[in-house]
Amino acid sequence: MDFIISIIEQGLIYGILALGVYITYKILDFPDLTVDGSFPLGAAVTASLIKAGVNPWLTLPAAFLAGAAAGVCTGLIHVKGKVRDLLSGIIMMTALYTVNLMAAGTNNVPLFSQQTIFQNDFLESRFPDAVPSSVILGLIFVIAALSKILLDLYLKTKSGYLLRAVGDNENLVTALAKDKGNVKILGLSISNGLVALAGCIFCQQQNVFDISSGTGSIVIGLASVIVGTSLYRVFSRLKPFRKRNFIQVTTFVFLGAILYKACTGIAIRYFVPQSMKLISALFLLGVLVLMLVFDNAEKKKVKKHA
Amino acid sequence: MLELKHIHKYYNPGTVQEMCLFDDFNLRVEKGEFVSVVGSNGSGKTSMLNLICGSIDTDQGQICMDGKDITRQKEYKRLRNIGRVYQNPAMGTCPDMTILENLSLADHKGMFFGLQRGTNRKKEEEYKALLAQLGLGLEEKLHVKVGSLSGGQRQAMALLMSTMTPIDFLILDEHTAALDPKTADLIMELTEKIVREKKLTAIMVTHNLRYAVEYGTRLLMLHQGSAVMDIRGEEKKQLKIENILDKFNEISIECGNG
Repeated sequence: MDFIISIIEQGLIYGILALGVYITYKILDFPDLTVDGSFPLGAAVTASLIKAGVNPWLTLPAAFLAGAAAGVCTGLIHVKGKVRDLLSGIIMMTALYTVNLMAAGTNNVPLFSQQTIFQNDFLESRFPDAVPSSVILGLIFVIAALSKILLDLYLKTKSGYLLRAVGDNENLVTALAKDKGNVKILGLSISNGLVALAGCIFCQQQNVFDISSGTGSIVIGLASVIVGTSLYRVFSRLKPFRKRNFIQVTTFVFLGAILYKACTGIAIRYFVPQSMKLISALFLLGVLVLMLVFDNAEKKKVKKHA
Repeated sequence: MLELKHIHKYYNPGTVQEMCLFDDFNLRVEKGEFVSVVGSNGSGKTSMLNLICGSIDTDQGQICMDGKDITRQKEYKRLRNIGRVYQNPAMGTCPDMTILENLSLADHKGMFFGLQRGTNRKKEEEYKALLAQLGLGLEEKLHVKVGSLSGGQRQAMALLMSTMTPIDFLILDEHTAALDPKTADLIMELTEKIVREKKLTAIMVTHNLRYAVEYGTRLLMLHQGSAVMDIRGEEKKQLKIENILDKFNEISIECGNG
Protein backbone atom coordinates (compact mmCIF):
# COMPACT_ATOMS: atom_id res chain seq x y z
CA MET A 1 0.00 0.00 0.00
CA ASP A 2 2.78 2.37 0.98
CA PHE A 3 4.45 1.50 -2.28
CA ILE A 4 1.40 2.57 -4.30
CA ILE A 5 0.92 5.76 -2.25
CA SER A 6 4.54 6.71 -2.76
CA ILE A 7 4.21 6.16 -6.52
CA ILE A 8 1.11 8.35 -6.71
CA GLU A 9 2.77 11.03 -4.56
CA GLN A 10 5.79 11.08 -6.85
CA GLY A 11 3.59 10.92 -9.92
CA LEU A 12 1.54 13.93 -8.81
CA ILE A 13 4.63 15.98 -7.97
CA TYR A 14 6.27 15.19 -11.30
CA GLY A 15 2.85 15.69 -12.91
CA ILE A 16 3.07 19.40 -12.01
CA LEU A 17 6.49 19.46 -13.70
CA ALA A 18 4.95 17.66 -16.68
CA LEU A 19 2.24 20.37 -16.91
CA GLY A 20 5.06 22.86 -17.40
CA VAL A 21 6.75 20.69 -20.00
CA TYR A 22 3.37 20.26 -21.71
CA ILE A 23 3.17 24.04 -22.21
CA THR A 24 6.58 24.29 -23.87
CA TYR A 25 6.76 20.96 -25.69
CA LYS A 26 3.17 20.58 -26.87
CA ILE A 27 1.68 24.08 -26.92
CA LEU A 28 4.67 26.29 -27.76
CA ASP A 29 6.56 23.61 -29.71
CA PHE A 30 9.70 24.73 -27.86
CA PRO A 31 12.10 22.03 -26.57
CA ASP A 32 12.95 23.75 -23.30
CA LEU A 33 15.87 22.28 -21.35
CA THR A 34 15.69 25.02 -18.69
CA VAL A 35 13.60 22.48 -16.76
CA ASP A 36 16.70 20.65 -15.48
CA GLY A 37 17.72 23.90 -13.80
CA SER A 38 14.39 25.38 -12.79
CA PHE A 39 13.23 22.22 -10.96
CA PRO A 40 16.13 22.37 -8.46
CA LEU A 41 15.78 26.18 -8.49
CA GLY A 42 12.35 25.78 -6.95
CA ALA A 43 13.85 23.37 -4.42
CA ALA A 44 16.80 25.65 -3.61
CA VAL A 45 14.58 28.69 -3.06
CA THR A 46 12.31 26.58 -0.86
CA ALA A 47 15.16 25.15 1.21
CA SER A 48 16.74 28.53 1.85
CA LEU A 49 13.40 30.14 2.76
CA ILE A 50 12.49 27.30 5.10
CA LYS A 51 15.92 27.51 6.74
CA ALA A 52 15.28 31.21 7.26
CA GLY A 53 12.06 30.33 9.08
CA VAL A 54 9.58 31.53 6.47
CA ASN A 55 6.10 29.99 6.52
CA PRO A 56 6.42 26.89 4.32
CA TRP A 57 3.22 27.71 2.40
CA LEU A 58 4.82 30.92 1.20
CA THR A 59 7.56 28.90 -0.48
CA LEU A 60 5.03 27.74 -3.10
CA PRO A 61 4.42 31.15 -4.71
CA ALA A 62 8.07 32.09 -4.13
CA ALA A 63 9.30 29.02 -6.00
CA PHE A 64 6.79 29.63 -8.79
CA LEU A 65 8.00 33.20 -9.23
CA ALA A 66 11.67 32.13 -9.19
CA GLY A 67 10.95 29.55 -11.90
CA ALA A 68 8.94 32.08 -13.89
CA ALA A 69 11.90 34.48 -13.76
CA ALA A 70 14.18 31.72 -15.07
CA GLY A 71 11.69 31.10 -17.88
CA VAL A 72 11.67 34.80 -18.76
CA CYS A 73 15.47 34.68 -19.01
CA THR A 74 15.36 31.69 -21.38
CA GLY A 75 12.74 33.54 -23.40
CA LEU A 76 14.80 36.72 -23.58
CA ILE A 77 17.88 34.78 -24.68
CA HIS A 78 15.86 33.11 -27.42
CA VAL A 79 13.72 36.04 -28.56
CA LYS A 80 15.96 39.07 -28.09
CA GLY A 81 19.31 37.30 -28.42
CA LYS A 82 18.06 35.23 -31.35
CA VAL A 83 19.68 32.09 -29.89
CA ARG A 84 18.17 28.78 -30.98
CA ASP A 85 15.52 27.33 -28.66
CA LEU A 86 17.50 24.26 -27.61
CA LEU A 87 20.64 26.32 -26.91
CA SER A 88 18.78 28.97 -24.91
CA GLY A 89 17.55 26.24 -22.59
CA ILE A 90 21.00 24.70 -22.26
CA ILE A 91 22.55 28.07 -21.45
CA MET A 92 19.97 28.77 -18.74
CA MET A 93 20.19 25.24 -17.36
CA THR A 94 23.95 25.59 -16.98
CA ALA A 95 23.73 29.06 -15.44
CA LEU A 96 21.04 27.95 -13.01
CA TYR A 97 23.33 25.27 -11.53
CA THR A 98 25.43 28.02 -9.98
CA VAL A 99 22.39 30.09 -9.07
CA ASN A 100 20.93 27.07 -7.28
CA LEU A 101 24.15 26.42 -5.36
CA MET A 102 24.26 30.06 -4.30
CA ALA A 103 20.58 30.16 -3.34
CA ALA A 104 20.86 27.01 -1.20
CA GLY A 105 24.36 27.84 0.08
CA THR A 106 25.59 24.28 -0.40
CA ASN A 107 24.81 21.28 -2.58
CA ASN A 108 22.81 19.44 0.08
CA VAL A 109 20.42 21.02 2.60
CA PRO A 110 18.62 18.62 4.97
CA LEU A 111 15.24 19.89 6.23
CA PHE A 112 14.35 17.10 8.69
CA SER A 113 14.05 19.33 11.72
CA GLN A 114 12.37 22.18 9.87
CA GLN A 115 8.77 23.20 9.34
CA THR A 116 7.49 22.16 5.92
CA ILE A 117 4.00 21.94 4.45
CA PHE A 118 4.06 18.22 5.34
CA GLN A 119 5.49 18.47 8.87
CA ASN A 120 4.63 21.47 10.99
CA ASP A 121 3.19 22.39 14.37
CA PHE A 122 -0.37 22.33 13.09
CA LEU A 123 -0.14 18.85 11.56
CA GLU A 124 1.76 17.52 14.58
CA SER A 125 -0.90 18.78 16.98
CA ARG A 126 -3.54 16.93 14.93
CA PHE A 127 -1.48 13.78 14.46
CA PRO A 128 0.82 13.44 17.49
CA ASP A 129 2.30 10.05 16.42
CA ALA A 130 3.19 10.69 12.81
CA VAL A 131 1.49 12.47 9.91
CA PRO A 132 -0.28 9.66 8.00
CA SER A 133 0.83 9.22 4.42
CA SER A 134 -2.78 9.71 3.26
CA VAL A 135 -2.70 13.29 4.56
CA ILE A 136 0.52 13.99 2.70
CA LEU A 137 -0.92 12.44 -0.45
CA GLY A 138 -4.07 14.54 0.05
CA LEU A 139 -2.07 17.76 0.33
CA ILE A 140 -0.07 16.95 -2.81
CA PHE A 141 -3.27 16.04 -4.63
CA VAL A 142 -4.90 19.37 -3.74
CA ILE A 143 -1.88 21.37 -4.96
CA ALA A 144 -1.63 19.30 -8.14
CA ALA A 145 -5.37 19.59 -8.83
CA LEU A 146 -5.31 23.36 -8.25
CA SER A 147 -2.36 23.76 -10.64
CA LYS A 148 -4.15 21.72 -13.28
CA ILE A 149 -7.48 23.54 -12.93
CA LEU A 150 -5.83 26.96 -13.00
CA LEU A 151 -3.85 26.02 -16.11
CA ASP A 152 -6.99 24.66 -17.81
CA LEU A 153 -8.84 27.87 -17.01
CA TYR A 154 -5.93 29.99 -18.20
CA LEU A 155 -5.79 28.19 -21.55
CA LYS A 156 -9.42 29.21 -22.10
CA THR A 157 -8.75 32.93 -21.67
CA LYS A 158 -7.80 35.36 -24.43
CA SER A 159 -4.20 35.26 -23.26
CA GLY A 160 -4.30 31.46 -23.25
CA TYR A 161 -5.70 31.44 -26.79
CA LEU A 162 -2.80 33.59 -27.91
CA LEU A 163 -0.35 31.18 -26.26
CA ARG A 164 -1.90 28.26 -28.14
CA ALA A 165 -1.89 30.27 -31.36
CA VAL A 166 1.82 31.08 -31.16
CA GLY A 167 2.71 27.38 -31.11
CA ASP A 168 0.13 26.52 -33.73
CA ASN A 169 0.83 29.29 -36.25
CA GLU A 170 3.00 32.14 -35.02
CA ASN A 171 2.32 34.00 -38.22
CA LEU A 172 -1.26 34.53 -37.09
CA VAL A 173 -0.10 36.10 -33.84
CA THR A 174 1.80 38.72 -35.86
CA ALA A 175 -1.31 39.22 -37.98
CA LEU A 176 -3.24 39.93 -34.77
CA ALA A 177 -0.81 42.83 -34.19
CA LYS A 178 0.83 41.05 -31.24
CA ASP A 179 4.55 40.52 -30.68
CA LYS A 180 4.99 36.75 -30.91
CA GLY A 181 8.26 36.99 -28.94
CA ASN A 182 6.47 38.32 -25.87
CA VAL A 183 3.90 35.55 -26.04
CA LYS A 184 6.68 32.95 -26.14
CA ILE A 185 8.37 34.56 -23.13
CA LEU A 186 5.07 34.47 -21.25
CA GLY A 187 4.63 30.78 -22.06
CA LEU A 188 8.16 29.92 -20.96
CA SER A 189 7.68 31.76 -17.69
CA ILE A 190 4.42 29.97 -16.82
CA SER A 191 6.01 26.66 -17.78
CA ASN A 192 9.12 27.10 -15.66
CA GLY A 193 7.03 28.50 -12.82
CA LEU A 194 5.13 25.21 -12.70
CA VAL A 195 8.38 23.23 -12.91
CA ALA A 196 9.86 25.16 -9.98
CA LEU A 197 6.64 24.63 -8.02
CA ALA A 198 7.11 20.89 -8.52
CA GLY A 199 10.70 21.26 -7.27
CA CYS A 200 9.42 23.11 -4.20
CA ILE A 201 6.99 20.33 -3.27
CA PHE A 202 9.52 17.61 -4.09
CA CYS A 203 12.07 19.15 -1.76
CA GLN A 204 9.59 19.40 1.12
CA GLN A 205 8.31 15.89 0.59
CA GLN A 206 11.85 14.47 0.51
CA ASN A 207 12.87 16.73 3.40
CA VAL A 208 16.08 17.59 1.61
CA PHE A 209 17.40 19.83 -1.12
CA ASP A 210 19.95 18.19 -3.38
CA ILE A 211 21.63 19.96 -6.26
CA SER A 212 21.46 16.81 -8.37
CA SER A 213 17.67 16.45 -7.95
CA GLY A 214 17.10 18.24 -11.25
CA THR A 215 19.27 16.00 -13.38
CA GLY A 216 17.08 14.16 -15.83
CA SER A 217 13.86 15.93 -14.81
CA ILE A 218 13.29 17.09 -18.39
CA VAL A 219 13.36 13.43 -19.43
CA ILE A 220 10.73 12.54 -16.84
CA GLY A 221 8.66 15.53 -17.94
CA LEU A 222 8.87 14.70 -21.62
CA ALA A 223 8.14 11.03 -21.03
CA SER A 224 5.09 11.92 -18.93
CA VAL A 225 3.80 14.31 -21.57
CA ILE A 226 4.33 11.80 -24.39
CA VAL A 227 2.72 8.93 -22.47
CA GLY A 228 -0.10 11.20 -21.31
CA THR A 229 -0.93 12.72 -24.68
CA SER A 230 -0.71 9.27 -26.32
CA LEU A 231 -3.24 7.92 -23.85
CA TYR A 232 -5.41 10.96 -24.49
CA ARG A 233 -5.42 10.26 -28.20
CA VAL A 234 -6.46 6.65 -27.66
CA PHE A 235 -9.06 7.69 -25.13
CA SER A 236 -10.60 10.45 -27.24
CA ARG A 237 -11.17 7.98 -30.07
CA LEU A 238 -13.03 5.47 -27.93
CA LYS A 239 -16.66 5.38 -29.01
CA PRO A 240 -18.45 6.83 -25.96
CA PHE A 241 -16.00 9.74 -25.68
CA ARG A 242 -15.64 10.64 -29.32
CA LYS A 243 -18.31 13.33 -29.26
CA ARG A 244 -17.25 15.18 -26.18
CA ASN A 245 -13.97 15.06 -24.29
CA PHE A 246 -14.98 15.79 -20.74
CA ILE A 247 -11.54 14.75 -19.47
CA GLN A 248 -8.84 17.28 -20.27
CA VAL A 249 -5.51 16.40 -21.80
CA THR A 250 -3.82 17.90 -18.72
CA THR A 251 -5.39 15.13 -16.61
CA PHE A 252 -3.73 12.62 -18.89
CA VAL A 253 -0.40 14.37 -18.43
CA PHE A 254 -0.71 13.57 -14.71
CA LEU A 255 -1.68 10.01 -15.56
CA GLY A 256 1.41 9.78 -17.75
CA ALA A 257 3.61 11.00 -14.89
CA ILE A 258 2.07 8.48 -12.46
CA LEU A 259 2.55 5.63 -14.94
CA TYR A 260 6.14 6.64 -15.57
CA LYS A 261 6.84 6.82 -11.85
CA ALA A 262 5.14 3.44 -11.35
CA CYS A 263 7.44 2.01 -13.95
CA THR A 264 10.59 3.31 -12.25
CA GLY A 265 9.20 2.28 -8.86
CA ILE A 266 8.61 -1.27 -10.02
CA ALA A 267 12.05 -1.35 -11.57
CA ILE A 268 13.71 -0.41 -8.29
CA ARG A 269 11.55 -2.70 -6.14
CA TYR A 270 11.38 -5.85 -8.22
CA PHE A 271 14.53 -5.71 -10.31
CA VAL A 272 18.09 -4.64 -9.59
CA PRO A 273 18.06 -0.87 -8.94
CA GLN A 274 20.55 -0.33 -11.75
CA SER A 275 17.91 -1.45 -14.23
CA MET A 276 15.69 1.60 -13.50
CA LYS A 277 16.80 3.77 -16.40
CA LEU A 278 16.77 0.87 -18.88
CA ILE A 279 13.25 -0.13 -17.86
CA SER A 280 12.05 3.50 -18.10
CA ALA A 281 13.53 3.78 -21.56
CA LEU A 282 11.90 0.51 -22.66
CA PHE A 283 8.58 1.68 -21.21
CA LEU A 284 8.68 4.91 -23.20
CA LEU A 285 9.73 3.06 -26.35
CA GLY A 286 6.91 0.57 -25.77
CA VAL A 287 4.32 3.36 -25.55
CA LEU A 288 5.62 4.97 -28.75
CA VAL A 289 5.53 1.66 -30.65
CA LEU A 290 2.04 0.88 -29.34
CA MET A 291 0.87 4.30 -30.56
CA LEU A 292 2.26 3.53 -34.01
CA VAL A 293 0.34 0.25 -34.06
CA PHE A 294 -2.78 2.05 -32.85
CA ASP A 295 -2.50 4.76 -35.51
CA ASN A 296 -2.04 2.19 -38.26
CA ALA A 297 -5.08 0.26 -37.06
CA GLU A 298 -7.12 3.49 -37.09
CA LYS A 299 -5.98 4.26 -40.63
CA LYS A 300 -7.06 0.80 -41.79
CA LYS A 301 -10.44 1.33 -40.19
CA VAL A 302 -10.88 4.59 -42.07
CA LYS A 303 -9.93 2.89 -45.33
CA LYS A 304 -12.51 0.17 -44.75
CA HIS A 305 -15.22 2.80 -44.25
CA ALA A 306 -14.20 4.53 -47.43
CA MET B 1 -3.00 56.24 -48.78
CA LEU B 2 0.17 54.24 -49.13
CA GLU B 3 3.43 55.53 -50.57
CA LEU B 4 6.66 53.75 -51.40
CA LYS B 5 9.34 56.36 -52.07
CA HIS B 6 12.70 55.64 -53.69
CA ILE B 7 12.84 52.06 -52.42
CA HIS B 8 16.10 50.15 -52.81
CA LYS B 9 16.30 46.50 -51.91
CA TYR B 10 19.21 44.11 -52.38
CA TYR B 11 19.28 40.41 -51.66
CA ASN B 12 22.47 38.75 -50.36
CA PRO B 13 24.39 42.03 -50.26
CA GLY B 14 28.16 41.69 -50.35
CA THR B 15 28.17 38.15 -51.74
CA VAL B 16 28.53 36.77 -55.25
CA GLN B 17 24.78 36.14 -55.27
CA GLU B 18 24.08 39.83 -54.71
CA MET B 19 20.95 40.78 -56.57
CA CYS B 20 19.34 44.15 -56.87
CA LEU B 21 15.58 43.79 -56.77
CA PHE B 22 14.38 47.35 -56.39
CA ASP B 23 16.41 50.29 -57.62
CA ASP B 24 14.55 53.49 -56.88
CA PHE B 25 11.06 51.96 -56.89
CA ASN B 26 8.13 54.31 -56.39
CA LEU B 27 4.47 53.57 -55.87
CA ARG B 28 1.53 55.56 -54.61
CA VAL B 29 -1.74 53.85 -53.81
CA GLU B 30 -4.68 56.17 -53.18
CA LYS B 31 -7.28 55.53 -50.53
CA GLY B 32 -9.97 53.15 -51.74
CA GLU B 33 -7.97 51.83 -54.68
CA PHE B 34 -7.99 48.11 -55.43
CA VAL B 35 -4.71 47.38 -57.18
CA SER B 36 -4.11 44.08 -58.96
CA VAL B 37 -0.46 43.32 -59.44
CA VAL B 38 0.79 40.89 -62.07
CA GLY B 39 4.28 40.01 -63.19
CA SER B 40 6.65 37.16 -63.86
CA ASN B 41 8.42 35.17 -61.17
CA GLY B 42 11.10 37.19 -59.43
CA SER B 43 9.65 40.49 -60.57
CA GLY B 44 9.30 41.69 -57.00
CA LYS B 45 5.57 41.30 -56.41
CA THR B 46 5.74 39.41 -53.14
CA SER B 47 8.82 41.37 -52.03
CA MET B 48 6.81 44.55 -52.48
CA LEU B 49 4.09 43.20 -50.21
CA ASN B 50 6.70 42.05 -47.68
CA LEU B 51 8.22 45.53 -47.67
CA ILE B 52 4.82 47.13 -47.11
CA CYS B 53 3.98 44.76 -44.24
CA GLY B 54 7.44 44.94 -42.72
CA SER B 55 8.25 41.23 -43.13
CA ILE B 56 11.52 42.34 -44.74
CA ASP B 57 13.46 45.57 -44.24
CA THR B 58 14.09 48.22 -46.86
CA ASP B 59 17.73 49.04 -47.58
CA GLN B 60 16.95 52.59 -48.60
CA GLY B 61 13.85 54.65 -49.11
CA GLN B 62 10.69 55.44 -47.25
CA ILE B 63 7.31 53.79 -46.75
CA CYS B 64 4.46 56.03 -45.68
CA MET B 65 0.99 55.06 -44.64
CA ASP B 66 -1.58 57.86 -44.48
CA GLY B 67 1.29 60.33 -44.39
CA LYS B 68 3.02 58.60 -41.47
CA ASP B 69 6.49 57.18 -41.97
CA ILE B 70 6.38 53.49 -41.07
CA THR B 71 9.69 52.42 -42.64
CA ARG B 72 11.21 51.37 -39.30
CA GLN B 73 8.02 50.19 -37.65
CA LYS B 74 7.92 46.51 -36.60
CA GLU B 75 5.80 44.10 -38.61
CA TYR B 76 3.34 43.30 -35.84
CA LYS B 77 2.69 46.99 -35.21
CA ARG B 78 2.02 47.71 -38.87
CA LEU B 79 -0.37 44.82 -39.15
CA ARG B 80 -2.70 46.49 -36.67
CA ASN B 81 -3.97 48.46 -39.64
CA ILE B 82 -3.40 45.84 -42.33
CA GLY B 83 -5.05 42.52 -43.06
CA ARG B 84 -3.04 40.00 -45.04
CA VAL B 85 -4.04 36.78 -46.78
CA TYR B 86 -1.32 34.45 -48.02
CA GLN B 87 -1.09 31.98 -50.86
CA ASN B 88 -0.90 29.11 -48.40
CA PRO B 89 -4.31 28.70 -46.71
CA ALA B 90 -2.54 27.32 -43.62
CA MET B 91 -0.86 30.69 -42.95
CA GLY B 92 -3.98 32.57 -41.94
CA THR B 93 -5.55 30.20 -39.41
CA CYS B 94 -4.62 28.05 -36.42
CA PRO B 95 -5.13 24.41 -37.43
CA ASP B 96 -5.32 23.00 -33.91
CA MET B 97 -7.97 25.44 -32.76
CA THR B 98 -11.67 25.34 -33.58
CA ILE B 99 -13.45 27.70 -35.99
CA LEU B 100 -15.02 29.46 -33.02
CA GLU B 101 -11.65 29.90 -31.30
CA ASN B 102 -10.05 31.18 -34.49
CA LEU B 103 -12.81 33.73 -35.03
CA SER B 104 -12.60 34.82 -31.38
CA LEU B 105 -8.88 35.44 -31.81
CA ALA B 106 -9.38 37.43 -35.01
CA ASP B 107 -12.23 39.41 -33.50
CA HIS B 108 -9.87 40.59 -30.75
CA LYS B 109 -7.12 41.83 -33.07
CA GLY B 110 -5.14 44.77 -31.78
CA MET B 111 -6.76 44.64 -28.35
CA PHE B 112 -5.28 43.46 -25.07
CA PHE B 113 -5.31 39.68 -24.66
CA GLY B 114 -5.86 39.40 -20.93
CA LEU B 115 -7.58 36.94 -18.64
CA GLN B 116 -11.09 37.48 -19.97
CA ARG B 117 -12.95 34.48 -21.38
CA GLY B 118 -11.53 33.27 -24.68
CA THR B 119 -14.84 32.94 -26.47
CA ASN B 120 -17.92 35.00 -25.92
CA ARG B 121 -21.15 32.98 -26.05
CA LYS B 122 -23.13 36.04 -27.08
CA LYS B 123 -21.02 36.44 -30.19
CA GLU B 124 -21.65 32.92 -31.47
CA GLU B 125 -24.76 33.97 -33.41
CA GLU B 126 -22.88 36.88 -34.94
CA TYR B 127 -20.08 34.54 -36.04
CA LYS B 128 -22.59 32.08 -37.46
CA ALA B 129 -24.14 34.85 -39.55
CA LEU B 130 -20.69 35.84 -40.84
CA LEU B 131 -19.87 32.24 -41.76
CA ALA B 132 -23.26 31.75 -43.39
CA GLN B 133 -22.37 34.52 -45.87
CA LEU B 134 -19.58 32.34 -47.19
CA GLY B 135 -22.07 29.69 -48.24
CA LEU B 136 -19.70 26.88 -47.30
CA GLY B 137 -21.74 25.43 -44.45
CA LEU B 138 -19.10 26.43 -41.90
CA GLU B 139 -21.75 27.90 -39.59
CA GLU B 140 -22.65 24.35 -38.56
CA LYS B 141 -19.03 23.51 -37.72
CA LEU B 142 -18.16 26.08 -35.05
CA HIS B 143 -16.52 23.45 -32.84
CA VAL B 144 -14.57 21.72 -35.60
CA LYS B 145 -10.81 22.19 -35.76
CA VAL B 146 -9.75 24.37 -38.68
CA GLY B 147 -7.02 21.86 -39.59
CA SER B 148 -9.66 19.42 -40.77
CA LEU B 149 -11.20 21.87 -43.26
CA SER B 150 -10.36 21.94 -46.97
CA GLY B 151 -7.95 24.49 -48.46
CA GLY B 152 -10.77 26.59 -49.88
CA GLN B 153 -12.68 26.60 -46.60
CA ARG B 154 -9.52 27.58 -44.72
CA GLN B 155 -8.77 30.37 -47.19
CA ALA B 156 -12.30 31.69 -46.81
CA MET B 157 -11.76 31.61 -43.04
CA ALA B 158 -8.42 33.40 -43.44
CA LEU B 159 -10.03 36.11 -45.56
CA LEU B 160 -12.87 36.53 -43.10
CA MET B 161 -10.48 36.62 -40.13
CA SER B 162 -8.12 39.16 -41.66
CA THR B 163 -10.99 41.58 -42.27
CA MET B 164 -13.05 41.05 -39.11
CA THR B 165 -11.81 44.08 -37.23
CA PRO B 166 -11.71 47.57 -38.75
CA ILE B 167 -8.63 47.84 -40.95
CA ASP B 168 -7.69 50.17 -43.79
CA PHE B 169 -5.49 48.00 -45.97
CA LEU B 170 -5.91 44.52 -47.30
CA ILE B 171 -2.89 42.72 -48.73
CA LEU B 172 -3.63 39.66 -50.85
CA ASP B 173 -0.62 37.56 -51.76
CA GLU B 174 -1.72 35.19 -54.56
CA HIS B 175 -4.50 34.15 -52.26
CA THR B 176 -6.34 32.09 -54.87
CA ALA B 177 -3.29 30.33 -56.33
CA ALA B 178 -3.55 27.17 -54.22
CA LEU B 179 -7.27 26.65 -54.84
CA ASP B 180 -9.22 24.82 -57.53
CA PRO B 181 -10.75 27.12 -60.21
CA LYS B 182 -14.26 27.03 -58.79
CA THR B 183 -13.20 27.73 -55.22
CA ALA B 184 -10.81 30.41 -56.47
CA ASP B 185 -13.74 32.16 -58.20
CA LEU B 186 -15.74 31.98 -55.01
CA ILE B 187 -12.92 33.43 -52.90
CA MET B 188 -12.42 36.17 -55.49
CA GLU B 189 -16.12 37.12 -55.39
CA LEU B 190 -15.93 37.19 -51.62
CA THR B 191 -12.80 39.35 -51.70
CA GLU B 192 -14.50 41.89 -53.95
CA LYS B 193 -17.53 42.00 -51.72
CA ILE B 194 -15.47 42.57 -48.57
CA VAL B 195 -13.27 45.23 -50.17
CA ARG B 196 -16.36 47.06 -51.47
CA GLU B 197 -18.41 46.82 -48.28
CA LYS B 198 -15.59 47.75 -45.92
CA LYS B 199 -14.20 50.39 -48.31
CA LEU B 200 -10.71 48.94 -48.01
CA THR B 201 -7.61 49.90 -49.90
CA ALA B 202 -6.40 46.64 -51.38
CA ILE B 203 -3.32 45.33 -53.13
CA MET B 204 -3.70 41.93 -54.75
CA VAL B 205 -0.86 39.98 -56.29
CA THR B 206 -2.09 37.34 -58.71
CA HIS B 207 -0.89 35.08 -61.49
CA ASN B 208 -4.36 34.93 -62.91
CA LEU B 209 -4.59 37.62 -65.62
CA ARG B 210 -8.36 37.25 -65.81
CA TYR B 211 -8.74 38.20 -62.13
CA ALA B 212 -6.31 41.07 -62.58
CA VAL B 213 -8.39 42.44 -65.44
CA GLU B 214 -11.85 41.71 -64.04
CA TYR B 215 -11.29 42.87 -60.48
CA GLY B 216 -9.82 46.00 -59.05
CA THR B 217 -9.65 49.62 -60.06
CA ARG B 218 -6.02 49.63 -61.13
CA LEU B 219 -3.63 47.20 -62.73
CA LEU B 220 0.10 47.14 -62.18
CA MET B 221 2.53 44.96 -64.10
CA LEU B 222 5.89 44.51 -62.47
CA HIS B 223 9.04 43.40 -64.20
CA GLN B 224 12.52 43.27 -62.67
CA GLY B 225 11.62 45.58 -59.86
CA SER B 226 9.79 48.29 -61.75
CA ALA B 227 6.28 48.92 -62.99
CA VAL B 228 6.13 48.35 -66.75
CA MET B 229 2.40 48.93 -66.93
CA ASP B 230 0.11 50.99 -64.71
CA ILE B 231 -3.50 51.25 -65.82
CA ARG B 232 -6.31 52.89 -63.88
CA GLY B 233 -9.61 54.72 -64.08
CA GLU B 234 -11.72 54.46 -67.25
CA GLU B 235 -8.94 52.73 -69.09
CA LYS B 236 -8.88 49.95 -66.48
CA LYS B 237 -12.64 49.48 -66.79
CA GLN B 238 -12.37 48.97 -70.56
CA LEU B 239 -9.34 46.73 -70.26
CA LYS B 240 -9.40 43.27 -71.88
CA ILE B 241 -6.95 40.43 -71.29
CA GLU B 242 -5.75 40.74 -74.90
CA ASN B 243 -4.53 44.26 -74.16
CA ILE B 244 -2.03 43.11 -71.59
CA LEU B 245 -1.25 39.64 -72.88
CA ASP B 246 1.37 40.76 -75.39
CA LYS B 247 3.28 42.75 -72.84
CA PHE B 248 2.99 39.93 -70.32
CA ASN B 249 4.30 37.34 -72.78
CA GLU B 250 7.17 39.61 -73.66
CA ILE B 251 8.40 39.89 -70.06
CA SER B 252 7.67 36.24 -69.31
CA ILE B 253 9.74 34.97 -72.23
CA GLU B 254 12.58 37.19 -71.13
CA CYS B 255 12.54 35.36 -67.81
CA GLY B 256 12.33 31.95 -69.41
CA ASN B 257 8.78 31.35 -68.28
CA GLY B 258 7.28 31.29 -71.74
